[in-house]
Amino acid sequence: MDWDLVLSSLGPLAVGAITGTIPLALASFAIGIVIALLAALARLSPRWWLSGIARFYISVIRGTPLIVQLYVIFFGLPSIDVIIDPWPSAIIALSLNVGGYAAEVIRAAILSIPRGQWEAAYMIGMPRWLALRRIILPQAARVSVPPLSNTFISLVKDTALCSLILVTEMFRIAQQIAAFSNEFLLLYVEAAVLYWVICLVLSAGQDRLERRLERHVA
Amino acid sequence: MSPDPDELVEATEPPPEPMLEVRGLAKSFGDTAVLRSVDLDLLPGRVVCLIGPSGSGKTTVLRSLNGLETPDGGTLRAPLTGLEVDFSEPLTNATRNRVRDLSAMVFQQHNLFPHLTVLENVTEGPLRVQGRPRAEVEEEAHALLDRVGLHGKSGAFPAELSGGQQQRVGIVRALALRPQLLLFDEPTSSLDPELVGEVLSVMKGLADDGWTMVVVTHELAFARDVADDVLFLDGGVVLERGAPADIFTAPREERTRRFLDRLMRPF
Repeated sequence: MDWDLVLSSLGPLAVGAITGTIPLALASFAIGIVIALLAALARLSPRWWLSGIARFYISVIRGTPLIVQLYVIFFGLPSIDVIIDPWPSAIIALSLNVGGYAAEVIRAAILSIPRGQWEAAYMIGMPRWLALRRIILPQAARVSVPPLSNTFISLVKDTALCSLILVTEMFRIAQQIAAFSNEFLLLYVEAAVLYWVICLVLSAGQDRLERRLERHVA
Repeated sequence: MSPDPDELVEATEPPPEPMLEVRGLAKSFGDTAVLRSVDLDLLPGRVVCLIGPSGSGKTTVLRSLNGLETPDGGTLRAPLTGLEVDFSEPLTNATRNRVRDLSAMVFQQHNLFPHLTVLENVTEGPLRVQGRPRAEVEEEAHALLDRVGLHGKSGAFPAELSGGQQQRVGIVRALALRPQLLLFDEPTSSLDPELVGEVLSVMKGLADDGWTMVVVTHELAFARDVADDVLFLDGGVVLERGAPADIFTAPREERTRRFLDRLMRPF
């Protein structure tokens, strides 16, 4: 085993994680959650056309592979003269992807809040939006934390697909070093270990967050 | 103290203007008529208890008064605020809000907001909806909490309280809205038996203070001691109404008698 290569590649891979994988995941998740919240609310709307649009969006995202979504945006759109750089393409595709999955999580969380909470909010005079914002969503947020943490961890791993549309993130750097050194097994296992470490850290963070949020809720 | 109706008659004063006058209230869920035609008069300072078997429509009456159900027939008049509603016409949000503003409700499962402290539960409506100044609202909330024996609990979360304490917070939350009338939907039905008394005694105190109240309850002793009028509902109509002494000792209707018998001698 070439320990020198393991050590010398660790730096570039870490740089790839810090400047590629992690910001890509964070940005896509932040935008994705906003999309998801809007889609979840649209899906719950009594207006048929609004819930119809949301239902269609969620269905398309969940019914097509992420790699195809990436390719449509990066390699497909240039055919109609819409040319988007690798990074924005990646963030658009990942955000839309997260939005579709997280929308269903948030919708389920909102529906899990007992009807009595809505009624108590109406009773104290709140209109629907205020009840949603002050009473329902804070409780739904707690319910959403475990499944959304899982979505985020999946997203971190999914960023590796962006190497295929030329985004310089950790896995693309691993591929480059592997091709250069001819040590494919070593580099790919090293990248795998680094992804695993990142996810271990995130899981630990998820545990702490869940314990914090459960303090007041019986 | 609520005025004694007999004294008013003797003084030959005109009867006081009702706070609420409900006529012919009707509500169906699909093919099931829950309320067929319910009349209800509520005089200021009076306590009305609604009793009856489950499914008789008593909770639906209460929820209609708070705009949580939309009746499909009947009228509601609140002379003091000049509000007149005809439920056979589509209910606008503005009208629903005016109906709702008359009253505040205490729920069977308290329905406190679990993510807010006791104080925040109480002040949420006055602050966020009514837009009253925080200092005044919080001072009033603390005074009300003290009054129902919850001194020092304002920073607690609902899950940290006993069932009886939770329900007393529910009562304070309703009082803090400064409503004209209080609605209680079986406020002790989901409590452990030893906790029922503390909630009923708070309610009796409110009645003694002159609050106008509508109470759906199975606590016959409470109805007998506190109510001015008792309405027995069955099958979506008021089968019998009167002073508690009359209803409980000499019910006119056979079904009222059977219902009371079952409650007093369950086996």
